[in-house]
Amino acid sequence: MNIFDILGPIMVGPSSSHTAGAVKIGKVARMLLGAEPKHAWITLHGSFAATGAGHGTDKALIAGLLGMNPDDMRIPDSELIAEQQGLEYCFQTKYIRGAHPNTAVIRVDDGMGKEVNMQASSIGGGRIRVNGIDGIHVDFSAESPTLIVNNEDRPGHVAAVTSILAEADINIATLTLNRGKRGGKAIFVTETDLDIPSFVVEKISRIPGVLKVTYLNA
Amino acid sequence: MPFHSLGEIEKHSREEGKSFFEVILEDDINERKTTREESLNRMHTMWAAMLEAANSYDPELKSNSGLVGKNGAKMDEYQKKGKTLCGDFVSQVITQALQMGESNACMKRIVAAPTAGACGVLPAVLIPYYKRYQETSDAIVEALYVAAGIGQVIASRAFIAGAAGGCQAEIGSASAMAAGALCALRGGDTRQIISACGMALKNLLGLVCDPVAGLVEVPCVKRNVIGAMNALSCADMALAGIESAIPSDQVIDAMREVGEKMDVSLRETGMGGLAATPAGQEITKNLKSRKF
Ligand code: SF4
Repeated sequence: MNIFDILGPIMVGPSSSHTAGAVKIGKVARMLLGAEPKHAWITLHGSFAATGAGHGTDKALIAGLLGMNPDDMRIPDSELIAEQQGLEYCFQTKYIRGAHPNTAVIRVDDGMGKEVNMQASSIGGGRIRVNGIDGIHVDFSAESPTLIVNNEDRPGHVAAVTSILAEADINIATLTLNRGKRGGKAIFVTETDLDIPSFVVEKISRIPGVLKVTYLNA
Repeated sequence: MPFHSLGEIEKHSREEGKSFFEVILEDDINERKTTREESLNRMHTMWAAMLEAANSYDPELKSNSGLVGKNGAKMDEYQKKGKTLCGDFVSQVITQALQMGESNACMKRIVAAPTAGACGVLPAVLIPYYKRYQETSDAIVEALYVAAGIGQVIASRAFIAGAAGGCQAEIGSASAMAAGALCALRGGDTRQIISACGMALKNLLGLVCDPVAGLVEVPCVKRNVIGAMNALSCADMALAGIESAIPSDQVIDAMREVGEKMDVSLRETGMGGLAATPAGQEITKNLKSRKF
């Protein structure tokens, strides 16, 4: 931990896990959607479900969906802002077997055909882990530049992606291939040390069999 | 590498003839591969955010649950009448601790130090000090490095989260950090800073984390007050030349041991201590009926 993990972050209270982390979860869902969200169905599990209302977890998740960061002073008013910007949402609580106590599942669409379903946990100190996308298990923090490639589960994709990154001189920090059913869809997640230029992202999205490429850089 | 012991910091300080602040600043520059300027600017940003948070206190505001709010304003009013037992300066410290804790609970913007729950301790001692002694912000920023350096060692040897080690890890750590910072501001040397930190942590050893309904409100807001008051007295003791009989690194290790032995109901689960009292349970029950 560096000294600014001790003194900091600057954040809207009351809780780094239940508020700051929740804002981040909402924001990552928005980035995964890659569009202005119109409808959101939010499921809260564990401590999020039990103490979320008092911690403003609901307001925080919505603030994130609206693109706010954990230090945005408008977080307490996010419900009103959502109304003004035409974001409709609903909450439910549900027990999710095996999930971290601070977990939310967000299904969100842009009203024009794009939709994403994400599960993420707030693991303390404002840090999060994304643990599911569209029903496929993943595991990443979204803290460093992250490339998410939805593809058909066929051999050769991983090699194709890594060689494009290598060509562009981008060092891979972590790399995981996560698959749904065999021969179905797979999600390939790679975290890198450096920013990935947009032309590289573009190139990857043109690999045959790649369905969607999302690049997260907070 | 961040320091794993206060002893190492003292050694560096002694051998290189550098202050506690300089040792931590240099370590940050190495650790984050940054410049002196960037690091100092970033710490100035933290200080500015603390001041801004203090200024944005809203005396009318209550938290979402309705459990806390407005007490910082009450204390302020009372203190201005000039009849407090603690005297002006200490009463301002109490007021600031309450106000910052309430601001956090009311979804205002604060600086986690080391956590959001304990965010009132450092500003509670630093802001009244800054105003009363017309201290420069450079000096306060130096003291913040001292605080952060202490927090780093505690995080590395033990923990700084209530869920991990009880409130001793949150308010206790914040108090140790504030004691060290105050000691540095008053010209204490590295040894004295370390003593202040050890004594402060010792005094809050065993404090459990028992928030009612699991919310960072009761007892959290008022515990910021004890964290700040304890820091003041320990800094004064250290400056008087009093030392901790148990070396501060060993106090931190004891805090870890105590935290590990603490029952899970006393580590931020809202199931023990004050949370489990009849009144605490009643509040929890009433809040539960206000679901999503
Ligand atoms: S009681 Fe628990 S939540 Fe409250 S300040 Fe202490 S450690 Fe934090």
